[in-house]
Amino acid sequence: MSENQNKLIALENAGVMKNRKWLVRGITMSVSPGEIVTLIGPNGSGKTTTAKIALGLLNVSEGTAERKNKIRVGYVPQKLQIDWTVPISVSRFMSITNKISNKDKEFALSLTDTRHLAREEMRGLSGGELQRVMVARAIALSPQLLVLDEPVQGVDFRGEETIYNLIEETRKTIKCGILLISHDLHMVMSATDRVFCLNGQICCSGTPNFVANTPEFRELFGERMAKSLAVYKHNHDHEHRIDGSIKK
Amino acid sequence: MLDDFFIRSIIGGIGVAMVVGPLGCFVIWRRLSYFGDTLSHSALLGVALALLLQINITLSIFITSILVATALLLLQRAQKLSSDTLLGLLAHSSIALGLIALSFMTWVRVDLMGFLFGDILSITKTDVFVIWIGGLIILCLLILMWKPLFAATVSVEISEAEGLFPHISNFIFTVMLALVIAISMKIVGVMLLTALLIIPAASARNFSTSPEQMAVIATFFGICSVFIGLYSSLNFDFPAGPSIIVGSLLLFLITILKNLFFSR
Repeated sequence: MSENQNKLIALENAGVMKNRKWLVRGITMSVSPGEIVTLIGPNGSGKTTTAKIALGLLNVSEGTAERKNKIRVGYVPQKLQIDWTVPISVSRFMSITNKISNKDKEFALSLTDTRHLAREEMRGLSGGELQRVMVARAIALSPQLLVLDEPVQGVDFRGEETIYNLIEETRKTIKCGILLISHDLHMVMSATDRVFCLNGQICCSGTPNFVANTPEFRELFGERMAKSLAVYKHNHDHEHRIDGSIKK
Repeated sequence: MLDDFFIRSIIGGIGVAMVVGPLGCFVIWRRLSYFGDTLSHSALLGVALALLLQINITLSIFITSILVATALLLLQRAQKLSSDTLLGLLAHSSIALGLIALSFMTWVRVDLMGFLFGDILSITKTDVFVIWIGGLIILCLLILMWKPLFAATVSVEISEAEGLFPHISNFIFTVMLALVIAISMKIVGVMLLTALLIIPAASARNFSTSPEQMAVIATFFGICSVFIGLYSSLNFDFPAGPSIIVGSLLLFLITILKNLFFSR
């Protein structure tokens, strides 16, 4: 396992069974420091399950899931299931698991354009604001591993861009490994190092460009999506002519 | 001082109010009011078992509550029914079992009304002592566990992913709840216990901007309820346990009025 020593998390042939059904199976993947790994796949393909295995929230039924010892994690779950009778301000929410100084809180909030909300009660936030605050909280922890489960759901178009830029920026500034679950394939293509395309198992993986061109990916996401991505992620080894055709 | 029954009642009532305030907050934050109800209903079974096995009633209630909580966990794993259904099943089955067991024990004279609705005015020095010792244990645990417990209340997933072991704090919370039920039986009884947990906390919500503040205000409302209940019981000869609950209800209604007229 010496090659896994630098890795933050490493799943080896991991699978989880629930009610005699495999939620996911045969997942082999890892995240190293400074790396952005993205999970994509249709609904019910096991993206969140895989992230939960990586975080240790789910135990594997087969295979292994290892995490670096005493790793500092920042987690943005898909949903926050909280009863809003809890009186909690945004600022307090930032430090529920770890102490964070006021300065760091405000800095992290300003990164997601939510600094003005610091004193607000959490229950008054809109869906998009809540999402931004959750991302800010995870980043403020300066984690070694950042796990983001659909971080831009409900966030408006400009906010999406801010958050995705922030994720890329965070990788550079605090050199953390990032495990991202995203529907937004454009983001996946532009910043991700490795993509795992899931469908109950890993159906294809590799660089975004490689994955977008596999037949499995086309099968899962449809020809149209694959084409739109191919256009988006041109490698500049070609030119677009005015009529839209491509000159190599 | 403790020779006067009224002083004993007040001191005992305050002891209970001190712990039901903060614990009640967690009960409503975690949407556990029906869970609390189930545990307190099972206290009657605890009473029956104590009389049957000749053991300490408080201890027996505590153990029965923990067993019922464990039964709930096991049923949740084995059954596809909702927690709501399982809680109703456990609450009323344990009350029914307790009543049958009590009816068979013809050799003991049981004050059933006292167990169901409390009998604070007959509180003994030992009762007061047990309430305060139990209460202090709960308060210490609560202060020690506050951070992980609160984090687990906000999000089990976040707190587990970020290394706070929410399952341990959830287990300790259940133990605290069982303990508070065991020590406050005498004050308001099986049927009204949940009200004492949730009404002061619910009243406190409108005044609070932080969780700690809500816990303190809930405690304050709980203590006020005890005073209102006991003094109206003394002056108008109302039953004490129900009067305490009605006292907390009055405070709750006042907080609603405050909200209606002074809402921002």
